[in-house]
Amino acid sequence: MVVFLTGAIALGVTFLFGCVGEILTEKAGHLNLGIPGIMSVGAMGGCLGVSLYMGALSDPNNASYILLLLIGILSSAFFAGIMGLIYAFLTISMRANQNVTGLILTIFGTGLTEFVMEAKVDRSLLAKASTYFTQSLPFAGKLGWFGEIFLSHGILVYIAIAIAIVAAWLLQKTRIGLSLRAVGENPATADAAGINVTAYKYAFTLIGAAVAGMGGLYYIMDYLKGSWEYGIDSLGWLAIALVIFTLWRPDLSILGSFVFGALYIASYSIMGISFAQMQLLKMLPYVVTVIVLIVTSIVGKKETQPPASLGLSYFREDR
Amino acid sequence: MNNEEVKKLHEPLFHIEKRGGVSKKKAWGIRGIGILVAVVIVSILAAIMLQADPFTFFGKMFEGAFGTTNRIWNMLRDTAILLGFALAIVPAFRMRFWNLGANGQVLMGAFACTVCMFYLYGKIPLGVLVPLMVISSVAAGMLWAAIPAVFKAFFNTNESLFTLMMNYIAESLVTFTITVWVPNGSGSLPPIIPGGLKLFDNAYILPILIIALLTVGMFFYLRISKQGYELTVVGESENTARYIGINVKKVIIRTLAISGAICGLVGFLLSGCMSGTINPQIHSGYGFTAIIVTWLAQFNPLVMAGVAFLVIFVNRGMKSGIKPAFGLTTEAFANIVTGIIFFCVLAFEFFIVYKFKYRSDVEEKMNAFKAKFKKKSAAKVATEATSDGVVASESASEAAEKANGAGDAENGENAAEKATEEVNKEEE
Amino acid sequence: MENTENMENMENSENVERKENSVALELRGICKYFGNVKANEGVDLVVKKGEILSLLGENGSGKTTLMNIISGIYFPDEGQIFIDGKEVVIRSPMEAFQYRIGMIHQHFKLIDVFTAAQNIVLGIKDGSRFRMKDVNQKVRDIADKYGFIIDPKKKIYDMSVSEKQTVEIVKVLYRGADILILDEPTAVLTPQETQKLFAVLRRMRDDGKAIIIITHKLHEVLSVSDRVSVLRKGKYVGSIETKDANESILTEMMVGKKVELNIQRDDPVNPEDRLIVENLDCMNREGVKVLSGVSFTARSGEILGIAGIAGSGQRELLEAIAGLQKVNNGSIRYMDPESGEEVDLRSKTPVQIRDLGVRLSFVPEDRLGMGLVGSMDLVDNVMLRSYSKGKSPFLDRKNPGALANDIVTNLEVVTPGVHTPIRKLSGGNVQKVLVGREIASLPKVMMAAYPVRGLDINSSYLIYNLLNEQKRNGSAVIFVGEDLDVLIELCDRILVLGSGKVTGIVDGRTAKKEELGLLMTKTVGIYEENQKAQASEESNE
Repeated sequence: MVVFLTGAIALGVTFLFGCVGEILTEKAGHLNLGIPGIMSVGAMGGCLGVSLYMGALSDPNNASYILLLLIGILSSAFFAGIMGLIYAFLTISMRANQNVTGLILTIFGTGLTEFVMEAKVDRSLLAKASTYFTQSLPFAGKLGWFGEIFLSHGILVYIAIAIAIVAAWLLQKTRIGLSLRAVGENPATADAAGINVTAYKYAFTLIGAAVAGMGGLYYIMDYLKGSWEYGIDSLGWLAIALVIFTLWRPDLSILGSFVFGALYIASYSIMGISFAQMQLLKMLPYVVTVIVLIVTSIVGKKETQPPASLGLSYFREDR
Repeated sequence: MNNEEVKKLHEPLFHIEKRGGVSKKKAWGIRGIGILVAVVIVSILAAIMLQADPFTFFGKMFEGAFGTTNRIWNMLRDTAILLGFALAIVPAFRMRFWNLGANGQVLMGAFACTVCMFYLYGKIPLGVLVPLMVISSVAAGMLWAAIPAVFKAFFNTNESLFTLMMNYIAESLVTFTITVWVPNGSGSLPPIIPGGLKLFDNAYILPILIIALLTVGMFFYLRISKQGYELTVVGESENTARYIGINVKKVIIRTLAISGAICGLVGFLLSGCMSGTINPQIHSGYGFTAIIVTWLAQFNPLVMAGVAFLVIFVNRGMKSGIKPAFGLTTEAFANIVTGIIFFCVLAFEFFIVYKFKYRSDVEEKMNAFKAKFKKKSAAKVATEATSDGVVASESASEAAEKANGAGDAENGENAAEKATEEVNKEEE
Repeated sequence: MENTENMENMENSENVERKENSVALELRGICKYFGNVKANEGVDLVVKKGEILSLLGENGSGKTTLMNIISGIYFPDEGQIFIDGKEVVIRSPMEAFQYRIGMIHQHFKLIDVFTAAQNIVLGIKDGSRFRMKDVNQKVRDIADKYGFIIDPKKKIYDMSVSEKQTVEIVKVLYRGADILILDEPTAVLTPQETQKLFAVLRRMRDDGKAIIIITHKLHEVLSVSDRVSVLRKGKYVGSIETKDANESILTEMMVGKKVELNIQRDDPVNPEDRLIVENLDCMNREGVKVLSGVSFTARSGEILGIAGIAGSGQRELLEAIAGLQKVNNGSIRYMDPESGEEVDLRSKTPVQIRDLGVRLSFVPEDRLGMGLVGSMDLVDNVMLRSYSKGKSPFLDRKNPGALANDIVTNLEVVTPGVHTPIRKLSGGNVQKVLVGREIASLPKVMMAAYPVRGLDINSSYLIYNLLNEQKRNGSAVIFVGEDLDVLIELCDRILVLGSGKVTGIVDGRTAKKEELGLLMTKTVGIYEENQKAQASEESNE
């Protein structure tokens, strides 16, 4: 059971990054279906940064803990941010259709990831780099099952949770969050109140992409212990589902991501079920999401609806 | 402070304005420029990443797409299938219903078809089985699309998120069934009908024919049928639809049923006709690519055929041309190139709807600059022309002077233009 | 920055000047053109501190344009603005805020899922620490000071219209506005709510604020304001102290002298009852009663005009007849001229009405949003009403094509061709296509809502002629208009709607403009009923 919960949290964190990133973007009124591609590119960027750094050292074993983590995280966020910038430029400035742009971004992102990973990344270094990312908190072992479930993870897990909490605080308690939500709900009103709509949209599409990209990095470096795997994009779709499941709330998404993680790995962890039943379990996160989507739309409570202007581009003179 | 100064302070350097609309010719010209820009970017990328010059690069691409008879057949088949997806979603998109669930709807069609094959192949004559396969495929696709449509019509449930989720439910369902059928853990179902259903001993002809018919059918459905007209009105303005007495809910559900039915049919083509089996990725993610195709073709089925062909050309050109020629191990570069082309075209769509309007004084300066530039080139042409005839040079400089003297920049431009024209004429 | 300088000066001088009722805002020679339309032409206006100024004028007289200029939404083509005696330039709503000008629009700019306080504080960057608790408290303080009733934590979507308006006013006060502009604030309020609002406005006036209130309800003008300024057709007519004014003086200033338009009007031939409406009650989507006990008869061969201040229930009345608006009470009956039978139209859909053989045409107010589809071409728009005829699953574009060509030729529609998207046509031409289509079905009842709004003179006359033609052909024409001169010259009878009730039906040939003006502003309407209902509710509590 302890192993199961630990695993649920471990996988859930991947979704958590993607989900919080997507929430921030959607709160600005932009449905970014490029998240799967962005998460792939984030993983690629982090691996590229780390492998370049380690490759430059005479002995890869001498890598500095802080520097390696910093390079990994920053280059991951940087590359994912570039993807976000492409999306932002096309949908905000060029007012291209958000769904279409997002889907192209996913095609482009998975392609770019594969190309760079094959050509430019020394994958043999990743496993070594991974040990830095997976280093658990020093006192985790001393606290029994509690320590194992909650404290045995690598640093990125805590960064993810911290980001989710900060995002929740930002949205609910700050001036910036209030303005951001206004932009996503009704950009014309926000504009009239003196909020720079374009700046907000750009900023949070970029930040959202950077956060989501770190999810990819986490998945490779921490969850898979440095062994590269394609198919991060399929996890990206789950991250988008999670946004709906958690009703656009970053604080709920911490819990939600663990639930999704549990559902996802349940198929491997429950004893005595057949391979076929495992497949059925994998369907659960999506079914649950659809049910949440239906129920919230029937209940019609305004707080649980997607941001009102989600998917629409804003042109001031269209009044 | 006079009003002019104030205006200068008030107006930004430039702002974006909606165009009144551009002619179709100009719109396609703008798209053409977009593709051209994409070609340039791809060439540069190819030069950097593969050290290939553009001619070799695009040459290989053509070879990969059209090099052999087999390749051409593959091109046509893939185009047909992608176009099938696009035809399925176009009525929904035309109604502003963002159906992102074509992958799942096709998969369900293929699934229903495979169920028929799995349990009945060899037990009943093919003449009965095949119609049954078609009917159940169409029905399954229809059902899968109608579910989100019903909720959209009655509860305004967000359709893009709903249909997106339905994709993955379908995938899991298919994976589950395969593992039940093939308990050995391999997760793959060997073909039930080996090689699929063949027409003239060729597994590609039937799908290509069906899709070609469907393209024409969909074109006319949207153009001249009452239902096509109704769904367009609903998409443009629900208020107008109400005013003329259209039952909006009914139209939404009906349109999505059609959308899903075509998806189901494509599912039949994929599993019944072409492979004789199913796998959860049998849709190849074309449901998403088709959205892009539909969008870029402005919902016109005939144009969609062209766009789908272009997409498949890039795809296959990369797969069987570039990949072996440059020793690439994956199809990554194909996706990058596809992405770049789409990005460029998408970005240039902007210039079809909007234009930049510069502040009056900036515009004047720009015009003046243009005029100056044209004047210079006119003068240059004129000096070059001197050897041929002194008169030409005189008229040119005269015109240039006129341009100089003209207070209004636009006059200047016109004059300079005239000068150039005159010079050209006289040179002749 | 110049602005901050101005503001400092303003603050320094405030204490001294307030007591003398100094001028807060002055406009001189303001002009604003939209293309060829002169929305404002040489308007002068003065408002003092501690004063409520009413800005009075008919629809389209340029009141809202003028106020939008003051609040920085439009930029004037000519003229000057002075605040506290200093000339200023207002480039944007944000700058208007800096000059302490606050505008309360007719259409609220609020975010539904936010609380009152969140909406109020939105977009303010005052450098203070952001705590909703403090904001809530400050909102309560403002409310207490001026006597508002507001719950800062209530969500907008739970609010009534008057509560939303309160939020808008507090929003402006929170930002420190000293000059408040209210655009028809009472249009959406019950008399009770109106009285409360007026009490608040008076308190703000006593606090030294300058208040401009746009309205066309005369009794309100007389009860709340200190001074009245009148606009007519974009021009400044004059100002008068409220104590020297009465309803007839104001009406005359507002509507001006009768203008001869020379619209043709034949006598009705064999008028028969065609459409009988009795005791009609309707509610709008928010559940507010918009029509109450409306009864009238439209006769064949006659034009029945409907006059009233905008939003008095005209739209709902026509939509109820056309089957687009739910009817809560009353009856709508159609007398079939061929069979002589009576057909019940109440709560039928447009298709049902058509299937009953009722030839009813309707030119809605919102041309491109309801009557037509902007992106479709003329042919497709012409067949909007008739496309479903016949059993064939395919469209017949031949007849609509011919009809579109006829409309273009006969009504002189300026268009590159019948296959041009209708959005690209000018307003007048769009309207010609819409009216042409509605006439083509040879209606027995023809309804038109503001068919000449935004049209030039020639197009307007063309539309009048078309309506007259319908009248000669024996249909019952219902014409909703805003220009009283037109109504008086075109219509045989004029029904006046005041706040959702029929305040009078007068003969077009003998009607006087002032008479209509008074009927329009008479409030024996729904609001009293609502008030009574509210009062009884309160007494029950």
